[in-house]
Amino acid sequence: MSDLVIKGLHKSFGGRRGVPPQHVLRDVDLTVRQGEFVSLIGHSGCGKSTLLGIVAGLQHADAGEVSLGGEPITRPGPDRAMVFQNYSLLPRLSLLANVREAARAARPDRPRALLDEAVERYLTAVGLWEQRNKLPHQVSGGMQQRTAVARAFAVGPRILLLDEPFGALDALTRARLQEQLLELWGTESTTETVLMVTHGIDEAILLADRIVVMGNPPGPSVVDTIDVVLPRPRDRVTVIDQPAYRGVQERLLTLLHADSGSAAPPPAALSVGPADRGRPRASPPAPGAGRRHVTRPAPLFVTLTSSLG
Amino acid sequence: MTTQSGNAPAGTAVLADAAPGAQAGADGGAATPPPPRRAGGGRLRAAASAAAWSLVGLAVLVGLWLWAAADTPELPKPTDVLSTLGDLLGDPFYDRGPGDKGIGVQLLTSLQRVFTGFGLAALVGIPLGLLMGGSKRAWQAVNPVVQLLRPVSPLAWFPLGLVVLKDSPQAAVFVIFVTALWPTVLNTAAGAASVPDDQRNVAKVFRFGRFAYVRHVMVPHSLPSIVTGLRLSMGIAWMVIVAVEMLSGSTGIGSFVWNSYNGGDLSEVISAIVLIGGVGFALDMFFLWLLRLVGGKAATP
Repeated sequence: MSDLVIKGLHKSFGGRRGVPPQHVLRDVDLTVRQGEFVSLIGHSGCGKSTLLGIVAGLQHADAGEVSLGGEPITRPGPDRAMVFQNYSLLPRLSLLANVREAARAARPDRPRALLDEAVERYLTAVGLWEQRNKLPHQVSGGMQQRTAVARAFAVGPRILLLDEPFGALDALTRARLQEQLLELWGTESTTETVLMVTHGIDEAILLADRIVVMGNPPGPSVVDTIDVVLPRPRDRVTVIDQPAYRGVQERLLTLLHADSGSAAPPPAALSVGPADRGRPRASPPAPGAGRRHVTRPAPLFVTLTSSLG
Repeated sequence: MTTQSGNAPAGTAVLADAAPGAQAGADGGAATPPPPRRAGGGRLRAAASAAAWSLVGLAVLVGLWLWAAADTPELPKPTDVLSTLGDLLGDPFYDRGPGDKGIGVQLLTSLQRVFTGFGLAALVGIPLGLLMGGSKRAWQAVNPVVQLLRPVSPLAWFPLGLVVLKDSPQAAVFVIFVTALWPTVLNTAAGAASVPDDQRNVAKVFRFGRFAYVRHVMVPHSLPSIVTGLRLSMGIAWMVIVAVEMLSGSTGIGSFVWNSYNGGDLSEVISAIVLIGGVGFALDMFFLWLLRLVGGKAATP
């Protein structure tokens, strides 16, 4: 079994020249079973992206172990592919070349014909084969992120790592991409496991089998783990009427609200679906809070249902 | 003065002086600042206005010249220079042995030297810059040497070139090589060092090898910086070649200027200045075009 096993993970930043260290990850234990879709949710600065970076092999933990299928993770490998928040396509390569070069670089042992076939299949699956010769800046943000998704799948990873993949997209584009992602994950690919960092409560519930709620210092890193027992395929319009959906949503809101009282700022705007309209807006972020992520947009909990009318 | 810099979406093209860790210092780049943009107005009207203003600038220059020439009888008047220029350009490519060649031959000789030295500098400087930008250790090893040698006037290398190469035209090419090396190296290094973290992470996650990283990430990102470095190098090289040839003598536009002065023909000197300026301007336009081609931008004042 290729489970992702995280044990006793610690990571802190800073801690030099009188600046107290920031304990971003504090004793994280988490097992993502093969075939699971797990979402990491939490406020800015809670370390969820750091955790993903460590699993990707881009960052190193101070203590603890991470292993995939029993093998310890120390650096990036073709068994893990990542979709970054800001698309991160190479700007001077065509969409096709972006996917192809990544697949070739990650899988030097595989025959090129096989890789090229995968590249074409995934670019077609995300509806971009016709646009394959365009440069990233010539297509929309949604198309860029679809290319990034195709790139990750084309490598044929065992686990897919998504770092707020749809955060910068508009609601309609996000909804379409979520569906494409589920389709690729469910049918097209051999990739079985997904670990996704998100800011969106509804995105987490719609996509994930399990939601890991992460909290800010000084509390524990993993506040709670919630199972989403909703049958698949989940229809975004009808799923919200199911009691299980409401239950998870309320549980998440309670946990995240409770946590917003501590070190991290509350979300800049909180709109949680039609039923909750009229709830007073949270106060704006405190100055200096969440400063490690100053370039990122403030977390927005937006329901797709409300955006879709 | 180095007044231009590039700013490409893929990254920032930097001046030789603005390279990370580099001390500021004017190298004398080839600068042709585009005019400030104006809001509103038709394109035709804007072009006519630009042409009119450039005529005003030219008229002021000629006015100052006439004023100076009125005081100094040895200084030729604009009309004298125009007629000399006409003579020189009337038969530019004659060659009646050493010391008696047409102005076109002299310019081509100088251009050939500049392009040889410049080309060698690019062949050495671009790979060296990429190495410096990609490796902290290479940067630490090479940067002090570059910073030490960069402020030295390239002409100081001429005696060394003469002794080692035993040939003054070759020594001139060597001087141009040294001239063109520093801006190329530093700009390339700055471009290569400024690859955004996003792109580095992509290369890491998908395990790009060294060759793939250089080819698909580093070089594409650095292109505007590289071309900016080449443009600065060419600008300085074209200035330095005149000085070198005044030292080395015999052939080239620099020696033409020196020989004209010794022959007491200031009209020829000024004609040569006009032609040197024209060629330099054309060279800069070419590199500006190249810069735009690779997605870079020259800064507007």
